[in-house]
Amino acid sequence: MPSVLINNTPTSIKDDCNLQQLITIAGYENQRIAIALNGEFIPKAQYSNTQLNHNDAIDIVKPIGGG
Amino acid sequence: MNPTDKSADTLKLYNETFESRFLLGTALYRSPLEMSDSIKASGSQFITLSLRQQNPEQNDGDAFWQLIRDTGCKLLPNTAGCRSAKEAINLAEMSRELFDTPWIKLEVIGDDYNLQPDPFELVIAATELIKRGFKVLPYCTDDLVLCLRLLDAGCEALMPWGAPIGTGRGLMNKYQLKTLRERISEPLIIDAGLGSPSQAAAALEMGFDGVLLNTAVAKADNPVLMARAFALAIEAGRSGYLAGLMLQRQTASPSTPVLGQPFWHQ
Repeated sequence: MPSVLINNTPTSIKDDCNLQQLITIAGYENQRIAIALNGEFIPKAQYSNTQLNHNDAIDIVKPIGGG
Repeated sequence: MNPTDKSADTLKLYNETFESRFLLGTALYRSPLEMSDSIKASGSQFITLSLRQQNPEQNDGDAFWQLIRDTGCKLLPNTAGCRSAKEAINLAEMSRELFDTPWIKLEVIGDDYNLQPDPFELVIAATELIKRGFKVLPYCTDDLVLCLRLLDAGCEALMPWGAPIGTGRGLMNKYQLKTLRERISEPLIIDAGLGSPSQAAAALEMGFDGVLLNTAVAKADNPVLMARAFALAIEAGRSGYLAGLMLQRQTASPSTPVLGQPFWHQ
């Protein structure tokens, strides 16, 4: 079973999992998030056709206070 | 200019007009309520915020976002913590999508000790982001040549530091800052390092167009009162600059007329 890193946490995924499916599985559905895959920004419109691979690193970010 | 008409003196950044010259950060407050009350007291129309990883088990829903949205302020996301142009560009793209804004406070840090911007990566990132349609406000040092290169890249305003982030040491290098003001006609906002309202007033008196700060308000004993104090200082400093400061002199010059002085006889 392939494994990916979601915010540095190893997570097992099923074969042929795409980014949209991962968002649902990981509990981020309907939230205000942005995503980078292996350091590259992925626009929302591309989530469904972005296939995940073993050892992919996914950054899921949300708004936070900043200076 | 009518001194009571504030609308006549506005801050223009990338052809957008702001009545307030105070940009305020949203980090480090003791509570969300304290943050929103401080923003209100500051009169700021432009607030900074950021993006960070958050795992589902830490999830607070969209509470912070709701609070920020309720302020009604324009949002200025930052790229704090980025250490390369590539990281900053990607985080800027994520911010643009999430906050639906082309504005970005561009930070690329080059040194852990004083959080000094990396000038080389900063110019690379600014050049690319301007090409992609961002309204880039780069957090930079007070180095003249760096600032000129950022203008060459297409930045229409710059944000040189007063001192390293969070130090509260004020305008550390007035010679350099005065040089920037004399040489650069585009808007200049002092970003970072301010600790007291008097330092903000001094920046505006020198002709800087605004200030951006966070820690000095958020870490005050009374952040709401401190936000108000900075707002008043910024207004005072700006009015002082517009009014035109007197020239400094080496020797004393009496303000009371000498002619007719009693008890004085030739």
